[in-house]
Amino acid sequence: MKIGVFVCHCGTNIAGTVDVERVSQAASKFPKVKHSASYKYMCSNPGQNLVKDAIKKHKLDRIVIASCSPSLHEKTFRKCVEAAGINPYLIEMANIREHCSWVHKDREKATQKAIELTRLAVSKVSRNKPLEKTYTTIEKKVLIIGGGISGIQAAIDIAFANYPAVIVEREPSIGGRMARFDKTFPTLDCAACILTPKMVTVSQSEHVTMHTYSEIEEVSGFVGNFTVKIRKKARSVDINKCTGCGACYNKCPVKVPSEFDMGLGKRKAIYTPFPQAVPNVPVIDRENCLYFKTKKCGICKKICTVGAIDYDMKDEVIEEKFGAIIVATGFNQFDHSVYGEYGYGKHKDMITGLHFERMVNSSGPTGGKIIRPSDGKEVRDVVFIQCVGSRDEQKGLPYCSRLCCMYTAKHALLLREHNKDSQAYVFYIDIRAAGKNYEEFVKKVQDEYGAIYLRGRVSRIFEKGGKLIVRGADTLSGAQIEIKADLVVLATGLVAQKDAPSLAQMLHIPYDKNNLFTEAHPKLAPVETITSGIFLTGACQSPKDIPDTVATASAASVKALGLMVQDKLAREPLIASVNQDLCSGCLACLKACPFSAIEEDEIEDRKLRRKRTVAKVREAVCTGCGNCTAVCRMAAIDLEGFTNTQIMEEVETL
Amino acid sequence: MSEWEPKIVGFLCNWCSYAGADLAGTSRLEYPPNIRIIRLPCSGRVNPLFILKCLSNGADGVLISGCHIGDCHYSEGNFYARRRFAVLKKLLEYLGIDPRRFQMSWVSASEGDKWARLVTELVEEIKQAGPNKDFVRKND
Repeated sequence: MKIGVFVCHCGTNIAGTVDVERVSQAASKFPKVKHSASYKYMCSNPGQNLVKDAIKKHKLDRIVIASCSPSLHEKTFRKCVEAAGINPYLIEMANIREHCSWVHKDREKATQKAIELTRLAVSKVSRNKPLEKTYTTIEKKVLIIGGGISGIQAAIDIAFANYPAVIVEREPSIGGRMARFDKTFPTLDCAACILTPKMVTVSQSEHVTMHTYSEIEEVSGFVGNFTVKIRKKARSVDINKCTGCGACYNKCPVKVPSEFDMGLGKRKAIYTPFPQAVPNVPVIDRENCLYFKTKKCGICKKICTVGAIDYDMKDEVIEEKFGAIIVATGFNQFDHSVYGEYGYGKHKDMITGLHFERMVNSSGPTGGKIIRPSDGKEVRDVVFIQCVGSRDEQKGLPYCSRLCCMYTAKHALLLREHNKDSQAYVFYIDIRAAGKNYEEFVKKVQDEYGAIYLRGRVSRIFEKGGKLIVRGADTLSGAQIEIKADLVVLATGLVAQKDAPSLAQMLHIPYDKNNLFTEAHPKLAPVETITSGIFLTGACQSPKDIPDTVATASAASVKALGLMVQDKLAREPLIASVNQDLCSGCLACLKACPFSAIEEDEIEDRKLRRKRTVAKVREAVCTGCGNCTAVCRMAAIDLEGFTNTQIMEEVETL
Repeated sequence: MSEWEPKIVGFLCNWCSYAGADLAGTSRLEYPPNIRIIRLPCSGRVNPLFILKCLSNGADGVLISGCHIGDCHYSEGNFYARRRFAVLKKLLEYLGIDPRRFQMSWVSASEGDKWARLVTELVEEIKQAGPNKDFVRKND
C-alpha cells in the first residue's frame, strides 16, 4: 500500500493559521505513506495535476487530501484520482479548513490538530476498498406538487421538452394565488389575462396530467424511481362526464362564504372556485351540501343532463412512479390577529391585501368596486399598513416578505384609478423595490397617483363616528399622525403553508425555522434540495414575486429534465451490504431500516445442510444511512465507505 | 510540561451537524481545538462499540451529534441514536464513568454558532472532569 498525502494552503485560508509544510512533513512519516506534498490551491488545475503526476511517479494507490470540507471538494478529487487510474473511493479528505484553520487562532495548536486530522484520514483510507458505482433506470415522468403559477410553468416547460408531467393540486382548480390577483406590478397586466392562457395550455397538453382536488399521501424511493401515492379526493362529480355547463351550481340552494373571494362573496355547496377554473368541473363541498347533511336535496343530480353527479364517489388512492419531483406548494398569508393594536376582527373595515385584490377585481365579489365591507359604501380615504408580520421578530417573521412594498404601491395606484377622489396613505418602514422597473413604479404611484407615504408604524386603530381612526408616527417629520380612514388594508407577509413540515418529512427534504423548504445551497443550488431528484420552485422556498417564481419554475424544470434525458443514473456505492455467512437472520436490520431497503433472503447453509433465512440489501433502495449496521449483533451488515473497520481504524489512531 | 488538554472525539452526522460545524468554519467562529471529528452519514450509524473503544483508547470525552429530532435526513436515524445512547449513558454511568464524558447533541446545518458554543462548553466540562484514567486500556 502506498498512500499519498496532499496538503492544501488554500491561499492563506489554511496556511494563515496552519503550518502547512509541517503538516506535510509529519504526514510523510505516517505508516504506509510514501509521498506527501503541499500546494497553494490543490483544487486548481495545477493542483490536481500535481496529484495526478505524483500518483504516476510514486505509484500511489490511495490518496488523502488535507484541505477543505469534503462536502465541497470530495467529488472534485474523486474525479481527479480516477483520471490518474485510482478507484475514486480510495481517497479520504481531512477537513483542515472549516474544522481547523478557520475556527482556531493559535498557530501551534491548529497545526497540531491539522496533523492529527490528517493522521485520522490516513488511517481511514488504509481500510478503504475500491467500489464501483451502480446504475439504475430513470422513470421518465415528473411530479409537480402544486398547481399555482410555478407548478403550471414547470409543467409547460417539461411538456415542451416532450416529457410527461403530472400536477397534483389540492384545490378543485389549478391557478393558485395568482388567479385571485387583479393586476400585476409593475406593468399592470391583468393577472387573469396572463395566467388563464397558461392554465388552458397545461390542460390541453398531451404531456400533462392533472390531479386536482388531490393530495400527496406517501412518497418513497429515490432519484429516478420515486413511488408516490396520490389521494384523489371524492369530487362527487364525474370529471369525464361533466360538461361544465354550470346548471348544478346555478340551482344549488346552499350559499356559503367563498374561500376564493376571501369570504367577501358567496359560493354554492356545489361549486367551481372561479369562472375560469381548470378543470371547469365543480366539486361538492360535502360539509355544507344539504344532500350530505340531510339526504333531502339532490337538486344537482336531478338537473344534471349528463349524469355526472355521483354522491357515492369515494376517495381514490392511486400510485404512480416518477423520476423527479418539483415542489411548488406556494405560500400562505401571515395571520395578523397577533397585532392587537390594529384590533383585527373587531373592525369590519380592515382587510388584507388579498381581500383588496378580490375587491378591486372586476370579476370579483364587488364587481371591482372598492367598498367598505361594513356598509357597502364606496371608500375615499384608505390607509395601507406595510410590514404586517414581516420584519417583526417579536410578533411576526424575522424576514422581509419582499412583495408587500410592491403590491401596496399597486393597490394605491388601483385605488386612485377606480376612484378619482380617493386618497391613499401608506405607512412603511422602508421601501424595498429592488426589481426591474420596481423603483420607478413606486415613484410613479407617489408622484402621479398622489399616494402619501408616511415612514413609521401605526400604534393604534379604533372606530369613531363610523370611521377607523389610524394613529401613527411619521418619523421623517417627527409628527404624530391621525387619519380618519374609510378602509384599512394590511400588507400581511408571506408564510409557509401550514402543512409544509409534514410534506417535507414525506419528501425527506429539510425546512428552516420558518417552515420554508431549504435549498441545497443558497447561492449555487437555489432550486435543488439535498435529496437528489427533488427540486423547489416559487414561494415554498422563500417569498417570491411572479417573475422570480416563473424563473425558478423554469430552473427547476431544467434540473428535472437534466435527469429525464439520461439513459441511466449512476448511484453512489456507499450503501449497506450483508455478509450472509455471518448473518444470523434475526432481521433486526429490517426493522431498523427507515427505507424498507432490507428484505428476507434464503440461502443454503452448507454446514447445516438446510435452508436458512438471512437479510439482503435492496441496493436500489438503500440510501446508505447505516442504521442497520448499528443494530446488527453479528456485525454481518456493514456500510461501504463507512465500514466498521474504517471507523475502528480511525478510533485506534486517536 | 504544558497544561493538560483534553482529547475529545465527535461522531457527527453528515447532513446536519457536520454541515453545522462547516458553517462555524465559514462564519469564522472560534472554539477550542480539542475535538476530532469523525464524519458518518447519520447519528444512527454510531455503534456503541465506537464509544467504548474511544474511551478505552484514552479519549477524555465523546460527543455524538445529529440532526434535530424530526429533521433526520434519513427521517428516523436520530430516533434510534437517541434511544440507544440514552441506554449507553446509563450503562457508562453504572460502570463508573463520569457522565460528562459522553454527550449527545442536535445541531442543524444552520447552527454554526450553536456548534461553536457547544464545543466550547464541552471542552470546559471535560476539563473539569479531568483526564480519563478509569477506562483506559492498559498496555501489557
